[in-house]
Amino acid sequence: MVAFNQIDTHPIIELKGITKVYGAGQAAMHALRGIDLIINEGEFLAVMGPSGSSKSTCMNILGCLDTPTSGSYKFKGIEVGRLDHKQRTRLRRFYFGFVFQGYNLLKRTSALENVELPLIYRGITANIRRARALQALEAVGLKGWESHMPGELSGGQQQRVAIARAIVTDPSVLFADEPTGNLDTARSHEIMDLLTRLNRDRGITIVMVTHEPDMAMYAKRTVHFLDGRVESDNQNGRIL
Amino acid sequence: MLLNTIILALRELKRNVMRSVLTILGIVIGVGAVITMVTIGGGATAQVKEQIASMGSNLLMVTPGKRFGPGQSSSVPLFKLDDGEAIAREVSSIAAVAPVSSQSIKAIFGNQNWTTQVTGSSNQYFRVTNRTIRTGRLFSDTELRSGAAVCIVGETVRKKLFGGQECLGLNIRLEKLSCQVIGVLEAKGQSTMGMDQDDIVVIPLRTFQRRISGNQDVAMFQVSVQQGASTEKAQQDIRLLMRERRHLSPSDDDNFNVMDMKEIANMLTGTTRLLTALLSAVAAVSLLVGGIGIMNIMLVSVTERTREIGIRLAIGAFEHEVLFQFLVEAVVLSSFGGLIGIVLALSASVWLASTLRVPFVFNGGIVIVAFLFSAAVGVIFGYFPAMKAARLDPIEALRHE
Ligand SMILES: Nc1ncnc2c1ncn2[C@@H]1O[C@H](COP(=O)(O)OP(=O)(O)OP(=O)(O)O)[C@@H](O)[C@H]1O
Ligand SMILES: [Mg+2]
Repeated sequence: MVAFNQIDTHPIIELKGITKVYGAGQAAMHALRGIDLIINEGEFLAVMGPSGSSKSTCMNILGCLDTPTSGSYKFKGIEVGRLDHKQRTRLRRFYFGFVFQGYNLLKRTSALENVELPLIYRGITANIRRARALQALEAVGLKGWESHMPGELSGGQQQRVAIARAIVTDPSVLFADEPTGNLDTARSHEIMDLLTRLNRDRGITIVMVTHEPDMAMYAKRTVHFLDGRVESDNQNGRIL
Repeated sequence: MLLNTIILALRELKRNVMRSVLTILGIVIGVGAVITMVTIGGGATAQVKEQIASMGSNLLMVTPGKRFGPGQSSSVPLFKLDDGEAIAREVSSIAAVAPVSSQSIKAIFGNQNWTTQVTGSSNQYFRVTNRTIRTGRLFSDTELRSGAAVCIVGETVRKKLFGGQECLGLNIRLEKLSCQVIGVLEAKGQSTMGMDQDDIVVIPLRTFQRRISGNQDVAMFQVSVQQGASTEKAQQDIRLLMRERRHLSPSDDDNFNVMDMKEIANMLTGTTRLLTALLSAVAAVSLLVGGIGIMNIMLVSVTERTREIGIRLAIGAFEHEVLFQFLVEAVVLSSFGGLIGIVLALSASVWLASTLRVPFVFNGGIVIVAFLFSAAVGVIFGYFPAMKAARLDPIEALRHE
């Protein structure tokens, strides 16, 4: 197994000239046109940009869910492009948490079981698994909704189940694609407080896509995307 | 981890009850049909063989007509009684020769009636067919010679016409012929072809010729060869004798048949074997249909399942874990369906065998083949689409539509 924590002097994430092209020939769609980005361990990064500026595309590549067309992606100094299928899965299993823009919960599967799933693949025993899943659901304000199926939950509730599933494993890096997109303001602030605590207390590196400047203000740094390029990259100045 | 994956698989089956039930149903129907058909067919064949064996191998049948030709052409001469007398006289190894002419006739007694097979013959008939009189007596020589209105009835006919009543000495009507019952045959049960051998009335041949057929013809002779003598030799002798009596020149084909039981047996088992083959073909089709059913269900659910695979991969499942889960699902469904199919098929076979009165012959080979086939279908169509999906990047699996 590759030891991803060999060299600590490297930034946790380093992107160089990442491009992504969908399709080929005439119909080719250049979604990412060369992204350079360095994210250090313990950062809380907000990604903003208009719809269609390829924020999700970039997040999927960061989360090892998709492969870039060209460019280099280093995780803790290790070239991800050279890893095989299994090693990339290992990254997802042991280091990453991912909140999808579209939630992607398992159908006909209770909230609790959805949240338990990543722990099952980590081989954690049933009662610890259950306790941690319950805790994560409580943290996103879904106490009492454990046995509901995704179909019986509102969009916002499903989104929070997805957040609980991403944080239940205590990942090194949390990728959250518009985690508050479907939530009211009060709920959004609660979730942002939770993320801030995870970042501050547990040192979890967070990369979060958002459309709302209010939410971006929780992050220490904001990157703006435009047409598949990084348009600006600013420290937020104030830390909440 | 292994246990975990199995639990995941079982949960997934429970969650998709409808899909699971339909898959199992497909397998049950396929496996069940094949096993039932083949088992019953096998039973029928076994029964034919067994009955032929019990009839003894020393029986010959002499019938007019070309060998296995379809129907007799009118130009083929029929037999007369003296043909049988000649066989008895000239062929040395013969034990008994019985002339046999039959017709289906409605027998009437009081207000009871029953359509049965009326056979005109002699006392030799009982010797050749291995039958004994239970009560009453055989025909007397006078009765045979004069064509008296007397009859010996089988058990089924006795029951249908007389019920519990004593029947010896009573008269039954066979068309215009009113004849007295002088004997009842010992019951013999069903024959090779599934015919009731006790559904019979025997009258003297002369009576049959005069009062029923109205001519001097004899439909066939049943001949039994002496114990220990060669049936082939007797067969050959009868053939030569008949050729001579029918004035056939050396270039002519036989216009009659002398069949021994082996040939009859072959003919009959050939028929049942054909029947079994037909049944098996039908069964194979149902197995195929069941298989296609499974395939459909599996393929229809691929979209949803591909998304599921994407989710599992995204949150850190290894390809082999996802695949193992799918394999377990397919195997559980297939073996569950297969087992139900086998149990149902065997119970159905036992029941059918007893209703059709054929022996139940367990055929382990077909059970295994049917089971493996449906299991293979389940596994192939459950597993291979999953295999394709599990090789994708998670995001591609998630985008699958
Ligand atoms: N599988 C795909 N095939 C072809 N084009 C795609 C595919 N996925 C994304 N795109 C295109 O890439 C571009 C970026 O999409 P992406 O989802 O990354 O945008 P986004 O910034 O996340 O937008 P939003 O804020 O609406 O979520 C879009 O123009 C989209 O049409
Ligand atoms: Mg997006």
